[in-house]
Amino acid sequence: MNKNIDTKKIIISDPLKLDCGKEINNFPIAYETYGELNSEKSNAILVFHALTGDQYVSGKNPITNKDGWWSYVVGENKPIDTNKFFVICANVIGGCMGSYGPSTINESTGKQIGTDFPIITINDMVNAQYELIKYLEIEKLFAVVGGSMGGMQVLQFVANFPDKAKLAIPIACTSSHSAQNIAFNELGRQAIMADSKWENGFYSNYKLNPDKGLAVARMAAHITYLSEKGLQEKFGRKLQDRDSLRYGFEADFQIESYLRYQGSVFVDRFDANSYLYITRAMDYFDLSKQYKGNLSDAFKETKTKFFVISFTSDWLYPTSENREIVIALNSIGADVGFVEIESDKGHDSFLLDVPSFLKTLGDYINSTYKVINERRI
Amino acid sequence: MKEEFNIISNLIEENTRVLDVGCGNGDLMKFLQENKTKDIRGLEISKEKVQNCLSKGLTVIEGNAESDLKQFPKSSFDYVILSQTLQAFLNPELVINELLKVGKKVIVTIPNFGYWRVRLQLLFKGTMPVTENLPHEWYNTPNLHMCTIKDFYNFCSSKNIKIFKSIALKKSRISEINKSNLNYKNLDSHLGIFLIES
Repeated sequence: MNKNIDTKKIIISDPLKLDCGKEINNFPIAYETYGELNSEKSNAILVFHALTGDQYVSGKNPITNKDGWWSYVVGENKPIDTNKFFVICANVIGGCMGSYGPSTINESTGKQIGTDFPIITINDMVNAQYELIKYLEIEKLFAVVGGSMGGMQVLQFVANFPDKAKLAIPIACTSSHSAQNIAFNELGRQAIMADSKWENGFYSNYKLNPDKGLAVARMAAHITYLSEKGLQEKFGRKLQDRDSLRYGFEADFQIESYLRYQGSVFVDRFDANSYLYITRAMDYFDLSKQYKGNLSDAFKETKTKFFVISFTSDWLYPTSENREIVIALNSIGADVGFVEIESDKGHDSFLLDVPSFLKTLGDYINSTYKVINERRI
Repeated sequence: MKEEFNIISNLIEENTRVLDVGCGNGDLMKFLQENKTKDIRGLEISKEKVQNCLSKGLTVIEGNAESDLKQFPKSSFDYVILSQTLQAFLNPELVINELLKVGKKVIVTIPNFGYWRVRLQLLFKGTMPVTENLPHEWYNTPNLHMCTIKDFYNFCSSKNIKIFKSIALKKSRISEINKSNLNYKNLDSHLGIFLIES
């Protein structure tokens, strides 16, 4: 977690009024950048991360020592080529990688803020990250891009700042969290809060950590990121390091072992309270409600070009929900492209090696960059 | 192909808003973008073709004209183009109506089933025609509703659809279609191109 990491950070001194009514100021935003900003400042791409992501999009993540979460997409000679683009990614507020969140130390008490942290929304996250763009003195981004919760931030960003991005690419997301989405998030939160070590969110005061609850939350969520077909093909009923069933509750099956592993590595890098706050922010996301039930109104001020992408096997943010965004944009004559990519890797497809996705995304970004630069918009 | 693109391009005024329905790999979109207008969108049902278009930086939506044209507001495009696709729809009449709603003007091109080469195949060989322009066999053709230039001409008059311009193409020869030469053009042209308005 964020205790001893040397992250790039700025302190936002201006007060930020949150949707919950509270105001925050002098708060940190941790971020990372890749590539160089050109002299016209026309090659900046702001990437938004998903629920458990962080600012380490590409290269080696210094905390986990693993590849950045979007290494297939961002990097040298990748679809978002850092030889060409200046890529910025910030840890969302509420997160645990250096930005203002429940694990931030309250300087007056010397303790973590815990559940005294205010409830935040996708809107708050985006407004906070806009402060970073101002700090970097970028007048207009070439693109805002993100998948899942990152896609929700893309939509919110364009709604809030209609003339600050030339291109917006929301991927595998929704304009409004569905009952199913909320249900799975609630399951995760209840798992954390049911862990006796949660201590109403003040576990760090007792040097405790609700590892078990957080791991269960991650396991349940992880299933929603995959597809039934993908699971069946990868694991089927294969047994884990044994030839026959043991007639007990150990991880007999590979899928059990896999999920336990996913849960156990997650608790080493993620804060349980951050999980509560960020899932809540996702649940509260309903962009059309913000515009009195008319999603199109969220985008009617913007000339931003949109490219919406969904995946065939994504049942968490299915194509139909992505298509609603396309329909809302079409109905106001906005510039929008859309494709559903064939993949059996479920919601996680946007993070994985799905060649037709990577090729289409890369080619689209590059040719659009060329067209827009030629036209000098 | 090139002739068809040229004819379509000549029917379109510069810097107008255009939608290409069934845009395929985006060749016509690219052609119009270079020659007429930057403001052009596409609708295409094949994922692979949509991806090809997007890779070229073209604004294309994956969708089905029969169900997805509804999402565009009325008269939101100056021109809607339907190039050699009408015959592939389950309900061509419905598609034409949708096109006329979305576009102020509509350009429809149809491979002419009345072309003499097509007629001869059926007449003398007694088999379903396979030509350069209609390359599929009966069992794998995507074409559900073939029609002739005359059929489409008559369809427009019976539905009170205004024909602004109707052009016949044979090889690279271009000529106008009118009421008096309709039967001849219907026999002697492989493609009909219509600029219509509701």
